[in-house]
Amino acid sequence: MVTDIPRTVVVTGVRRFLGAHVAARLAADPRIGRVVGVDTAAPGDDLGGGVEFVRVDPGLSQLRSVLADTGAEAVVHLALATAPDPQGGGRAAMKEQNVIGTMRLLAACQQAPAVHRVVVRSSTAAYGASFRDPAVFTEDTQAREVPRGGFARDILDIEGYVRGFRRRRPDVCATVLRFVPFVGSRVDTALTRYFALPVVPTVLGRDPRLQFVHIDDAWEVLHRSVLEEHSGTFNVAGPGVITLAQAVRRAGRIPVPVVEPGLSGAAAFAKALGMRGLSLDQVDLFVHGRVVDITRLTTEYGFTPRSTPEAFVDFVRAHELGSLLGLGRVTAAERAILNGIRRARLAGKRSLDGARRPS
Amino acid sequence: MARGDPHSELAPMSAAELPAPSRNGHQRAPEPPPTPEPGPASGPAVGPEPAVGLEPAAVPEPAAVPEPAAAPVEEGDVWDRRVAGALAFLRRRLTGDYEVDEFGFDPELTERVIQPLLRPVFRRYFRGEVTGAEHLPEHGPALVVANHSGTLPIDAGMLTVAVHDETGRHLRLLGADLVFRIPIFSELTRKSGGTLACNADAERLLRNGELVGVFPEGFKGIGKRYWQRYQLQRFGRGGFVSAALHTGTPIVPVAIVGAEEIYPLIGDLKPLARLLGTPYFPVTPTFPWLGPLGMVPLPSKWLVEFCPPIDTTPYADSADDPIVIFNLADQVRETIQQTVRKLLERRPDPFA
Repeated sequence: MVTDIPRTVVVTGVRRFLGAHVAARLAADPRIGRVVGVDTAAPGDDLGGGVEFVRVDPGLSQLRSVLADTGAEAVVHLALATAPDPQGGGRAAMKEQNVIGTMRLLAACQQAPAVHRVVVRSSTAAYGASFRDPAVFTEDTQAREVPRGGFARDILDIEGYVRGFRRRRPDVCATVLRFVPFVGSRVDTALTRYFALPVVPTVLGRDPRLQFVHIDDAWEVLHRSVLEEHSGTFNVAGPGVITLAQAVRRAGRIPVPVVEPGLSGAAAFAKALGMRGLSLDQVDLFVHGRVVDITRLTTEYGFTPRSTPEAFVDFVRAHELGSLLGLGRVTAAERAILNGIRRARLAGKRSLDGARRPS
Repeated sequence: MARGDPHSELAPMSAAELPAPSRNGHQRAPEPPPTPEPGPASGPAVGPEPAVGLEPAAVPEPAAVPEPAAAPVEEGDVWDRRVAGALAFLRRRLTGDYEVDEFGFDPELTERVIQPLLRPVFRRYFRGEVTGAEHLPEHGPALVVANHSGTLPIDAGMLTVAVHDETGRHLRLLGADLVFRIPIFSELTRKSGGTLACNADAERLLRNGELVGVFPEGFKGIGKRYWQRYQLQRFGRGGFVSAALHTGTPIVPVAIVGAEEIYPLIGDLKPLARLLGTPYFPVTPTFPWLGPLGMVPLPSKWLVEFCPPIDTTPYADSADDPIVIFNLADQVRETIQQTVRKLLERRPDPFA
């Protein structure tokens, strides 16, 4: 069993922000010899020095030869689509990429004898979100209901393939990282765009508990998963909780509660936002919220991501969300009202005293 | 309490405010010599400014606000402190500057809004009396097990008031999943410290050293008819006992008398209940007939008694033994039932 640092690392999904950064970070680490970035299309931005890019066909049939040719010892699978892309084939293409892509990748890894470490990006969407779920999910919590969102179901399939892979290749250290949504200074996701709206729609009568992880910490955990041996499934989240109302207010936005009459309303809700990529997963999340336990991560990795409120503050600061309801304005209003009341009371008292004194 | 933070933010501002405005005719600015107002009226002659500056912890809110600015303030002015406190609270709510824990518990909202609304209901309207509060631990975990009644879970809210007033601690209630299906009510429950009644959440709270409250009768308890009043129903599967055994937590039985009479349940409109997805649709002497007015609870007299704690550590090894769990659950139920009877003797007239 090889436990040392892998000499060659293959990273999938380098076309995307997360994959590109993880690959660049691994390439910058002198302990790692060679980093190969793989995707079905060339990345928009330059991957930076040190990362070799290999383009594979959408069917991923060349993946096996890529792994064999490079002699990859570790594979980091980040090619996940979190939301359907209307221009890129919609939900069908998303499922193809997530489920079939993972299946092919793991099959290729299984036949590559040099591979001894596999890191798979997953999501806490696997837990679903419903009113019958416990407040805090640990890695062993079973979802009470099958999540109704497409992404969450993809995640369940992906984790199922990893379980099968573990059985067939028990010598490989397989790490599954269940991330909560990323925030950070340069992250651009449906969720970060949502908080950038001037008035933010929320679900009436609901104030879900949310968690975020700072993208820097997500990179750190992925990096360590390649360098060190951490077999198993781990929740990756910033400790602590922020409710949606808190988040909206801290971002200086104004929440606008919208009624949530069932499924059709949920779709209308997503449409009303005028944004692609708000799926049923996220609607459920915005109704019931989701909080995960990260004890296993902190004990196994010896690393604690920065807290959810801190990560969120960093996001708000970096995006310079022109605050509509900032602390400064509210504080000024508070002071003005208080002084007004004090003056009024003082004047009232004066006139009372004045009336009393002559008598 | 989320105090302290307002200081850090507002203190510099008050300093910045010092020289600027005011001076509009009032002879007193930041000078310590206090209140040249009608002498004795200012009562305990404490200089407004320095006293506040010296003891920020004692008088938190007014310190947060620029004193010397426009209007001078007398020390010990209750209303000024209240107004300033309310405004600071409002500002924190508007800017999201408060903390919630992983269960969604919002201590500030609970202490400043929810409890002050419930307290007069318990103390004045229901004339609530609490005994045996010494059986609640000052710190560390305990599982508080109570009888449930009254058509609507008013007794849950009253129990949190009783526990908080007697111990200063927050009772973290466990609620049925139906609670979390209802908008607004679900969030109120979470913000006041409640969470879903499941072993994962119960054990997590107990491991965090919290006081956890549970009503094992559930809907069988609050939904029973008026003529079944003060007869405890079956205690579910005893999940609460296994949570206590897994965490080695003492169980404090508590008997609540008075909730049975607030909405005497005399009937159940089953088709309507099925339509609404609720366990029952209550018919009381006042409810559907008087419309919203029928939702006003009757002013019964309430007695709450906490019983001596039951140590569960001797059974720690048999946390999954159904016989042990059943016997312990039965012991708790019997204790509550007997205490209820004892309290009823003390209160012959429900509306005394």
